[in-house]
Amino acid sequence: MNSINPTIASEASQLNEERVPVQEERPAETVIEEGKTVGKPYTDNAKFKLRDVDVFYGDTRAIKKVSLDIGRNEVIAFIGPSGCGKSTFLRCLNRMNDSIDICRVKGSLQLDDQNIYDPKRDVVELRARVGMVFQKPNPFPKSIYDNVAYGPRIHGLANRKADLDEMVENSLRKAGLWEEVKDRLDATATGMSGGQQQRLCIARAIAVSPEVILMDEPCSALDPIATAKVEELIAEMSESYTIVIVTHSMQQAARVSHRTAYFHLGHLVEVNETNKVFTSPEHELTESYITGRFG
Amino acid sequence: MPTKKDDVYGDHISHKFNDELMELKTEFLKMGGMVEAQVENAIQALVDGDGHMADEIRANDKKVDRMEVEIDEEATLIIARRQPTARDLRLVISVIKMVADLERVGDEAKKIAKLAIKLQEEGQAPRGYVEVRHIGTHVLSMLHDALDAFARLDSEQALRIMKEDKRVDEEYQAAARTLLTFMMEDTRNISRCMSVMWVLRALERVGDHACNIAENVIFMVKGEDVRHTPVEEAEKVVGR
Repeated sequence: MNSINPTIASEASQLNEERVPVQEERPAETVIEEGKTVGKPYTDNAKFKLRDVDVFYGDTRAIKKVSLDIGRNEVIAFIGPSGCGKSTFLRCLNRMNDSIDICRVKGSLQLDDQNIYDPKRDVVELRARVGMVFQKPNPFPKSIYDNVAYGPRIHGLANRKADLDEMVENSLRKAGLWEEVKDRLDATATGMSGGQQQRLCIARAIAVSPEVILMDEPCSALDPIATAKVEELIAEMSESYTIVIVTHSMQQAARVSHRTAYFHLGHLVEVNETNKVFTSPEHELTESYITGRFG
Repeated sequence: MPTKKDDVYGDHISHKFNDELMELKTEFLKMGGMVEAQVENAIQALVDGDGHMADEIRANDKKVDRMEVEIDEEATLIIARRQPTARDLRLVISVIKMVADLERVGDEAKKIAKLAIKLQEEGQAPRGYVEVRHIGTHVLSMLHDALDAFARLDSEQALRIMKEDKRVDEEYQAAARTLLTFMMEDTRNISRCMSVMWVLRALERVGDHACNIAENVIFMVKGEDVRHTPVEEAEKVVGR
């Protein structure tokens, strides 16, 4: 590009001189109004109705007045910088925060119009309905078969061995793992590859027929091929489950989710159709985050 | 040259990414400047009957073509490396489309240069040149403003250009009618008048391309596609 006609080049650069962009002064810090979320945080067909949710760790307020609906058979992605509260919020949905003594949850959280935090609520039953897959694959140090059969066994879902066999096979098939492991169901799960272990954890989660699957960065420890397989699985599972996925991979959120929710310092800043969020987000902070302007 | 600090594309965590986007913008503007000069010189060559200048324009068109390929390559690499989103994505996509428009403007300039040579060889008869100058100045200022709107991310200016386009169309129609009367006056004028008509047609197309660039600028700034929509729609988008 250095070989352009010198007269034209000089004229061109002159023109460019004139075209120094006049930029508006941007506010140094965008103020977030508490409880205010831009976009479409509510849906008609809500599985979860979450209103004015606050979460405290001791004196620290980790979630600030978040209101959100999660639709039936929807895949919703939670994104945001580390420490923004997205995992904390995710864990409220099946009361995984209960195990943390200093953690308190306030506000209204309803699953199918029933209070999730009702003191009389059976948490084990709740977690069977709202399953979870974690960042690092965490199979039990048992056989592949026993990992998947564990849930149905403790929940008493299968009376006969044949029923249990069927459940295990179905779950492994749904998780796209059956063909790879059908000949070695007795092998220990910890000997599998990382991607296989994660899909095994998904099979274990779906073995108890949950309605919702929470995924906390399910692919961050996986290679691209295993990631693609899990993403493929999410697309298939969205037909029968509601899926909430926390991810640090923006491209992953863009690929798998229907809606995307952006968290920032404990605020829910924006919720919109994923296509909109990644092409023309409404909020300045969302834009800055997804375009890599701060982290 | 715009510096990194005052540019909305220049504040990424990755400095390399900043550089790549800035480079893309700068190269695009450079190509825009080249193409502008090509059109301006083509009109001059026609009006002055300057065959030498016309030859030069035809040679320069190859450089314009080469720039199109280079900028496209650069944009492709950015997509592959960075997976840009939001305004970055809109910039890259728009640049890919707008370089195609610039390249076409370059072709129109070349076309005018060719016609200038033809008209010069046939001898001077400056009929319709007033119209050529008039429309030429008009579309050149549109092109200039479109590139300006791109550099400044000025969607209001882009909207003004969209509105201008209708006026150019009207001017073109009026000029065509004038040339038609010359042709009816004396049939020996037909061949020459047709050449001038092609020149006007080429200039009118330049206006269309400037308008396309303006539409892309609105998309870059507002995130909404205003192509194939009435100007009133675009007005609403810009007003938001």
